[in-house]
Amino acid sequence: MANAAELLDTLSLVDCAAAIAAGDVSAEAITGAVLDRIDRFDGQFGALLHVDREGALATAASTDQARKAGAALGPLAGVPVTVKDLISVPGMPLTAASKILRGYEPPFTATVARRLRDAGAVIIGKNNLDEFAMGSSNENSAFGNVANPWAPDRVPGGSSGGSAAAVAAGYGFGSLGTDTGGSIRLPASLCGVVGIKPTYGRVSRYGVVAFASSLDQVGPLALTVDDAALLLSVIGGHDALDSTSATEPLGDLRSGPGSLEGRRIGVPREFLDDAEGLDPGVASCIRGSIDALKSAGATIVDVSLPHTPLAIATYYLVATAEASSNLSRYDGVRFGHRATLAQGEGITDLYERSRGEGFGPEVKRRIMLGTFALSSGYYDAYYERACRVRRLIHDDYVSALKSCDVLVGPTSPVPAWRLGECTDDPLAMYLMDIFTTGASLAGVPAMSVPVGTTQNLPVGLQLIGRHFDEETMIDVARGLEKALNLGVQRPNLDALADESKP
Amino acid sequence: MSDTIDRATVQRVARLARLRLSDAEQDSLVDDLQRIVAYVEKLQSVDTSAIQPLVHMTIDAMPARKDVAGQPLGTDKALANAPEAADDAFVVPRVVGS
Repeated sequence: MANAAELLDTLSLVDCAAAIAAGDVSAEAITGAVLDRIDRFDGQFGALLHVDREGALATAASTDQARKAGAALGPLAGVPVTVKDLISVPGMPLTAASKILRGYEPPFTATVARRLRDAGAVIIGKNNLDEFAMGSSNENSAFGNVANPWAPDRVPGGSSGGSAAAVAAGYGFGSLGTDTGGSIRLPASLCGVVGIKPTYGRVSRYGVVAFASSLDQVGPLALTVDDAALLLSVIGGHDALDSTSATEPLGDLRSGPGSLEGRRIGVPREFLDDAEGLDPGVASCIRGSIDALKSAGATIVDVSLPHTPLAIATYYLVATAEASSNLSRYDGVRFGHRATLAQGEGITDLYERSRGEGFGPEVKRRIMLGTFALSSGYYDAYYERACRVRRLIHDDYVSALKSCDVLVGPTSPVPAWRLGECTDDPLAMYLMDIFTTGASLAGVPAMSVPVGTTQNLPVGLQLIGRHFDEETMIDVARGLEKALNLGVQRPNLDALADESKP
Repeated sequence: MSDTIDRATVQRVARLARLRLSDAEQDSLVDDLQRIVAYVEKLQSVDTSAIQPLVHMTIDAMPARKDVAGQPLGTDKALANAPEAADDAFVVPRVVGS
């Protein structure tokens, strides 16, 4: 049998599933190698909030037994993965990286977790994140920052920063994140992995902590396009437990020619030629990728998303308004943190003090902004106006995608920035979402694919598809991956470990 | 800067949001919200009078499930995470006549 630790650095998720199914490596050995790696590195990266060592090894062992007995195996049989700690997995705590949920054990199973397990995946543990998924750098977790495995003095992006860092560091072969305004795509870009935000309604949100219900989607992060597509094919599709989940067929996500011949690919000028604050190194990587798409037979089309400069303002009003409503459930009554009351204090003190003690600064800021935008006298000028502008943004995307199969541009305006660089300026942090919030507001699918580096830091290209047409978007991404022929780029963790030695 | 937000606004909104904030938190929220609200004022530049708000994203009618009773969570599980419970119920401070 092959050395499991070496396989962890060479296999993709698709390869790993095939190797386990063929008996080339045991699920127990590969799971053991993942656990060893977490023991060795996660003190430095902080990408996990919970590790289910016994549960993971037991699942892996039973997968190996089932294989030996000749039982039919699921498409992810024995493959170690992690999930963002916003997703309910039975037997594991759920914190949403918030003090207000410390010690909470969810009584239900998220549909996405059930589907992962039904497909045979070994869920290793829960990824760190920005508290309640509110952040772009993973510096808003109540349980510590996450470091970028490519450069530990830099952020991994957020809010699914723990998921992206875990995939980059080889803590298993994939992760599930959530994306409300860019929270899968941005960290995928900064950590050099693939991340997909599916169409709104594509993936069930049952058992997933709600942030902004007209925007939230669960999606995969993985090392390659095929890996992420396989994960999406497992978790996607209608779920009777989520009334907002759609019935449109998923299409064939797992295999496609990756042919770019005849594809029409739009480049929004607001994302490149007219983009403000775009790092020249990032711009150069994106232009190089567009040239590669063209050389491989695609037709590049100049398009416009004219309301792009309004996307962040629209997003931060809509998302915070919805969050202020969704987060009203954390009141210290049924679950979560409850403040200790003084003599004579009543129910309103219980609510106000439990919430004041339990939520972190960014969550409070967003609840305050959202409550303000919905409050009497301001509703029309802020929340409702944002919903009207959202219609314009939605129509921009639908219109541009009428003449193109997909749109492409940068995922993030800059590569990974230094820890602490933006933490004193919430607005500067919000501006990192300039290219990702539009697709969220429009509800269309979007993904980030690694396309190179600048200053030794990964750069991601964003692809944006038509509603419920992940199949075309993923196939263009597959074609881009082939055209660039970069192979899977992994950070050199051993060098980092040597550097950090005294 | 937006003059829409002052300390009284922050205190009023905090009451609406049921958030107990320290003086220092109130100070920094006045600053942060002034800057953020000034930024989102850019939406006022668009004429939106003829545009329907986009509030719900679900494109088609939500599919209905069969009207069959499922398994409820059960009292024990529902109360398992309660900060305080007694007699199959959540316990809260006195609400009436306090």
